[in-house]
Amino acid sequence: MRVLHLCVNGDRLEVAAPPHWTLLEVLRYKLGLTGSKQGCDKGDCGACTVLVDGKPVLACLTLAALSEGREITTIEGLMPAHRQAGGEGADPVQEAFDRCGALQCGFCQPGMMLSARALLNDNPTPSPAEIKHALSGNLCRCTGYTQIVQAVELCVAESTSKKPRSPAWAPGVNPWSRAEPASGGQD
Amino acid sequence: MKSFELVMPKTLDEAIAALPESGQPTERVRVLAGGQDLLGEMKESLVTPERVVNLKTVPGIEGHEPTAEGGLRIGALTRLIDLERDEGLQGSHPMLVEAAAAVATPQIRSMGTLGGNLCQRPRCFYYRNPHSPCLKKGGTECFSYGGLNKYNAILGGGPSYIVHPSDVAPALVSYDAVFTLLGPAGEREVPADSFFTLPSSGEVTRENVLAANEIVTAVTLPAGREAWKATYLKVRERDSFDFALSAVALALKMNGDLIEQARLTLGGVAPKPWRCTSTEELLVGRKIDEETCRLAGEDALRMAEPLEQNGYKVPMTQGLIRRALQALAS
Repeated sequence: MRVLHLCVNGDRLEVAAPPHWTLLEVLRYKLGLTGSKQGCDKGDCGACTVLVDGKPVLACLTLAALSEGREITTIEGLMPAHRQAGGEGADPVQEAFDRCGALQCGFCQPGMMLSARALLNDNPTPSPAEIKHALSGNLCRCTGYTQIVQAVELCVAESTSKKPRSPAWAPGVNPWSRAEPASGGQD
Repeated sequence: MKSFELVMPKTLDEAIAALPESGQPTERVRVLAGGQDLLGEMKESLVTPERVVNLKTVPGIEGHEPTAEGGLRIGALTRLIDLERDEGLQGSHPMLVEAAAAVATPQIRSMGTLGGNLCQRPRCFYYRNPHSPCLKKGGTECFSYGGLNKYNAILGGGPSYIVHPSDVAPALVSYDAVFTLLGPAGEREVPADSFFTLPSSGEVTRENVLAANEIVTAVTLPAGREAWKATYLKVRERDSFDFALSAVALALKMNGDLIEQARLTLGGVAPKPWRCTSTEELLVGRKIDEETCRLAGEDALRMAEPLEQNGYKVPMTQGLIRRALQALAS
């Protein structure tokens, strides 16, 4: 065991863990932060994605002992950080995922949303291709990719006050946009 | 993952001192840089080190600086994402940037390092399966030869048929890079092309000449490569992220329309980055036209000996060579 000094979602924590434990294991099984998912546990799926100093990394392939002195952000920290910065409600990424129905089972969502948040922090106006590139390390086995990318696109459009692109099945309108409420019966 | 002693050296000398001395068992110690390959190997119990030496606490082996000779020295602990996003490198050494960007996922490039990418172990199904006692793990047989070999070598295979998994390595071979290796006796410089070994010429359980008590500390690109045209092209089965089915690292020094010098290295098709020296000679003095593309593809794959399931790699690689030449012609 060694005592680790971690900074998780702005909280400075002391936690005892064996030297071979990954950051994911410490987050889930010592700190109770189960939003970061243990999927493949070997770097294929991206479900364990967290932000370390603002960059998306795989918590399953990061030793907790090497995360000392870094700012770690998990999905649990997105909304508090957004509110602390003066925002209302959830982080705009979470909010857009919610409105767009960008999830089925939800297992990939924490990782997806953190990859999207890291992208938007670096590049507030990414192209659809850049969005796909940034999310390329997050697998969704429900294959809900279309609405996931659309959620990030909507988030970008609303943050820059641009008209959001329409999904193919609703030409001319974006049924999820706050500015253009859905006129049809589509959820 | 089995428990281990985690060593946090403050200097390179301390790191070297934590590695096994000559004659000691080498399997008990592993060097950790980004850890993106090593932790996967440890989780599968392919390696079970008693000691892990963390290089991230060692200062001075990240970033890049010009050398006195006009080249560029890049620290081995430089993260792949920092190569990918380096605007200076994008202009001066685009092939290295393209290769770094082709590695795995944004998450893995955020942690993965240049040196770690060069020293990563093979991805062969039989090697990665903890229950398969294959040749690479000290067993007696390469199961891919008569088994599942869709992703295995078509060039330089035997007695093991792995392919080298690195994207960055073929680009560095085509840039004539030199690797700096540090050991107890000091530094030695090894050209990229000589760093990687074939299973038939080196130890079959290793892919390079790095000794167990050595660390790759830097990669140096020679002067003048800014004036070459170069590109790295990669084909993957899954486009979002995957290892290469085939890859081409092509660098050309042009004189007007004519090729004055060429470097062609293939990835994903051989147990090491596969330098095509005869094709490089064939290209010299030629224009990039249809006949040149055809001849280069034929020559580079002349020695190919596909296994039962990977014959597709021959036309795929020839197509990639054609695309790389055409990309550099425009």
